[in-house]
Amino acid sequence: MIRNFAVFLLLLGLGAIFLHLLDGYVPASELNQTARYYAEHTAQDLGAANIVTAIIVTYRGLDTLGEVTVLFLASTIIGMVLAQGSKRQRALQRKLPASGELLTTGSRLLVPLILLFGAYVFVNGHLTPGGGFQGGAIIASAALLVLLTDPLKRFSHKLIALVESISGLVFVGVGVLGMLLAGGFLDNRILPTGEFGALFSAGAIPLIYSFVGLKVGAEFTSMLTNLAETEKS
Amino acid sequence: MDWIAMATGFILILMGLYGALTERNILRIIVSFTVANTGVNLVLVAVGYMHGRTAPILDKTVPVAEAVARIIDPVPQALVLTAIVIGLGVTAMMLTYAYKLYEEKGTLDVSKCRDLKW
Repeated sequence: MIRNFAVFLLLLGLGAIFLHLLDGYVPASELNQTARYYAEHTAQDLGAANIVTAIIVTYRGLDTLGEVTVLFLASTIIGMVLAQGSKRQRALQRKLPASGELLTTGSRLLVPLILLFGAYVFVNGHLTPGGGFQGGAIIASAALLVLLTDPLKRFSHKLIALVESISGLVFVGVGVLGMLLAGGFLDNRILPTGEFGALFSAGAIPLIYSFVGLKVGAEFTSMLTNLAETEKS
Repeated sequence: MDWIAMATGFILILMGLYGALTERNILRIIVSFTVANTGVNLVLVAVGYMHGRTAPILDKTVPVAEAVARIIDPVPQALVLTAIVIGLGVTAMMLTYAYKLYEEKGTLDVSKCRDLKW
């Protein structure tokens, strides 16, 4: 009882703070200095139509490298924590009920389309809303659909690890190339910026974001696979 | 009208914290954290919103020359994109630990796990 009262008091205090913030909030009518710089310089300097992508991949590229690293660590730790428990894992004896005509046929139809859509989203990340992280999540949703249809399906850990490591290496390699050939680490102008708004434009941004997409897709798939393999017989 | 998204975000944060502090089942605590996380993201995106402007993507309707007067702040959006991905990683790890906890203790009730209690 006392505990719930303390929680109630805490939330009341937080609520009062939030109300105060909301009350005093005045929406900005002008872009601030940083946003103004990005709005003015992205198109000429980097040739990317999507300013959010330009910020994530180039202006703040190092942060994105850190983000991908955190994601990699998370998927590795999940694999490590769950692998210790699977030593005594036996082969599944139990026969699972069939997943049904609708799910089987639907997933056979949808999985290639979802993969294609994911690839589309990350290849066009510099032009349209989307990018590597969103595309990678869409690709992983295809893996989830496959696992829903056949819970005993096992993806190759070797393949996932291969895709993940190659994408990570290409990401860092392109960054180092930027240091050698252009202005600095992860500078996208190692390739010509091209015509504004075309698919092959914005220098290395589509390249980097495609590999980020593959890496994120591989990491999410490995998390899903590791969690699915805990299925007991 | 601009404050609706922000108010929703704050309410989601409060709801999530309430759930995380009062629930006993670890799965429900994890879901509560996810709800609070969504609230934080919503508030951040709402801060970057400006009335009457459009998404920070340049095309025919938003020419480069008019970009400064036509787009909303892109920085919070980039920040939230990062936050969503990291949030997913954190949620996956919490679920993994919940699984290990269940394997070790045979229960999802955190009030029955008294190893660190004296």
